[in-house]
Amino acid sequence: MKLRIQNGRLIDPSQNLDKVTDLFIDNHKIVAIGEAPASFEGAEILDASGHWVLPGLVDLAVSLREPGQTQKGNIATEGRAAVSGGVTTVICPPDTRPIVDTPAVAALIQDKADEAGMANVFPIGALTQGLEGAQLSNMVALTDAGCVALSNDRHAMVNTKVLSRALEYAATHDLLVVFHPDEKSLSEGGCAHEGLMSTMHGLGGIPDTAETVALTRDLLLVEKTGVRAHFARLTCAKSVEMVADAKAAGLDVTADVAVHNLLLSDDVLNQFDGHYHVLPPLRGENDRLTLIEGIKQGVISAICSDHQPHEKMAKIAPFAATEPGMANVEILLPLAMKLMDEGDLDFSTLLTCLTSGPAACFGLEAGSLSVGSFADFMLFDSTARWTWTYESRKTKGHNSPYFGDEFVGRVMSTYVSGQRVYQAI
Amino acid sequence: MMRSDPRALQLNEHGQLKHFLTLDGLDKTILTEILDRAESFLSMGEQSVKKVPLLRGKTVVNLFFENSTRTRTTFELAAKRLSADVINLNIETSATSKGESLLDTLKNLEAMQSDMFIVRHSDSGAPHFIAEHCTPNVAIINAGDGRHAHPTQAMLDMLTIRRHKGSFEGLKIAIVGDILHSRVARSQLQALTTLGVDDIRLVGPKTLVPNFFSEMGATICHDLEAGLKDVDVVVMLRLQKERMKGALLPSEGEFYRLYGLTEESLAWAKPDAIVMHPGPINRGVEISSEVADGEHSVILNQVTNGIAVRMAVMSMAMSGQLQSDEAPAAKDEK
Repeated sequence: MKLRIQNGRLIDPSQNLDKVTDLFIDNHKIVAIGEAPASFEGAEILDASGHWVLPGLVDLAVSLREPGQTQKGNIATEGRAAVSGGVTTVICPPDTRPIVDTPAVAALIQDKADEAGMANVFPIGALTQGLEGAQLSNMVALTDAGCVALSNDRHAMVNTKVLSRALEYAATHDLLVVFHPDEKSLSEGGCAHEGLMSTMHGLGGIPDTAETVALTRDLLLVEKTGVRAHFARLTCAKSVEMVADAKAAGLDVTADVAVHNLLLSDDVLNQFDGHYHVLPPLRGENDRLTLIEGIKQGVISAICSDHQPHEKMAKIAPFAATEPGMANVEILLPLAMKLMDEGDLDFSTLLTCLTSGPAACFGLEAGSLSVGSFADFMLFDSTARWTWTYESRKTKGHNSPYFGDEFVGRVMSTYVSGQRVYQAI
Repeated sequence: MMRSDPRALQLNEHGQLKHFLTLDGLDKTILTEILDRAESFLSMGEQSVKKVPLLRGKTVVNLFFENSTRTRTTFELAAKRLSADVINLNIETSATSKGESLLDTLKNLEAMQSDMFIVRHSDSGAPHFIAEHCTPNVAIINAGDGRHAHPTQAMLDMLTIRRHKGSFEGLKIAIVGDILHSRVARSQLQALTTLGVDDIRLVGPKTLVPNFFSEMGATICHDLEAGLKDVDVVVMLRLQKERMKGALLPSEGEFYRLYGLTEESLAWAKPDAIVMHPGPINRGVEISSEVADGEHSVILNQVTNGIAVRMAVMSMAMSGQLQSDEAPAAKDEK
């Protein structure tokens, strides 16, 4: 099927493109930009006048909750939430039940995702069996079954020897390892950034050293083993500095940040509102500003939603007793665009961190409108004012502090491999 | 997104207390009103008939998710002296489904048509949570939440200080010991700064007195002599045994040596200094028996004052509820 997207403003930082022109799609792929290829007479035409045509977003952290926690979400609901936010490629963590430590679970997730027909879904496999940090997982078999990286997720690797061996083994096969730096003995019992707010409100503090002590160890092991490494959900100013130094020293590492750590600091905790309970936690204002600076400097090359849907009861409790996480995948782009005003970031940098940036971290062919790419894209109305409500949400999750907020800029329709998978009413 | 500010949550539209959750955000006028009202109840305690009918026909539920005989008893006594009917509930929290059971418990108690919940809970912010999710017209009184606040304890301490020192102006006050884990210290700090005390010293090792407290209007001292020098009031905090297990201190013995209040160390304070302790005291751990039972000690006065302060707070919150014509707070559906 041939499709011509006409008169839209094509913005694609991966090829330095920003102009009003036409996009030509044939057999699921982008075949031309600007001039119509010879065979395009009679092709279906979609008028994109007044809209931006953007690459589909690549989100490195979307918990689909399936298998095992379908009271919180499932592959179909969260996939639909993703595409309604213009996210066409989703990386999901291995902490499902059962855990993604066998090829069968990895295959199940991908089969269900194909069936749902929403976003492209790539699982991360468990680095150790059961995420227990003791025995290595069958990393090669997991990779063959479609896992794009291996990680112990938020289950901290307490045993450094096991971690070191896991990295050596992964390096042997040139596999990507995703780190969530966390020194458990320092973070245990905490639910908020250790600072004035947690002290005043008597909330258990998580010091920034919980992240930086683990990051120091992890970077030394990456250097020694030569493994390809990605650092996920950095929250501390010092971490940005450390990753920058590692990159300058020639280490093959990348890093991402959750969009809420760029927008919020721990001063929102003064209301004991469990919707702001996230892990790793919201940090201080200096941390937030340094993370933004890390994006500007290219130290952090991906912004993710860290989408963690929960059932209603998960957040109806005193702060520390709530389950951590926010479910924001469907507003990822307008949320990130708030940083244009609040963080002095330009749109091109933001879009890079939501498309080709994360794709490059994981070596995925995604996040680009270049000729030959799969036709994953969205039409975006950059001036539309709209309100995201609890009632109109697509996620099964009940947890976001942003319900009821007005946003400027709205995803109008989303295409995966040239097929429309979402259209706003 | 509309969420109620917890500081606004406890006042009705006329600025009167309708819950008593925290001292954060309460001004000097309200704190002084609590103290004045408590004074009037104090004199009543000396009479043979100790009851007033301010809460007659009201049901007060002591909702204790954490054990405390002393605080619960003084609340019970205070409620009875106000002529309320009192129910005591000790509810063990199950670690597995804390949040759910808390809300379920609450819904059950609401069905009993209670008028006031006195809440003690191990999670900071639990009374705020209950105030937000509870039926309107039920007053919530915080009897201690996690490490966050213990506002009635702080106010009875303020009453004790005012009765001994006359006013708060120019006072120098030291709070000694495990500040980090103390909800009492946090509430005292808020009360003292609001009442105009500008020399408040928090004394202890760095493990128990983190630097962040200096941003809350206090001076931090790691040395007991510097901390006690010329103070009018010494507040000793209870040292929990489990602090040694958490590697916060080497031993009780070393703590007592460095920060224990003895007759020798008390000599650094003013000659007429008073010594307070929220109880129960650990003799020979944070305070010597000589000091605890000595002429400077006002520890037992604190207990008496506690009943009066709780009567004051309960009667104020109940009348604040009755005078509130506010629509029921919107229940949050997120």
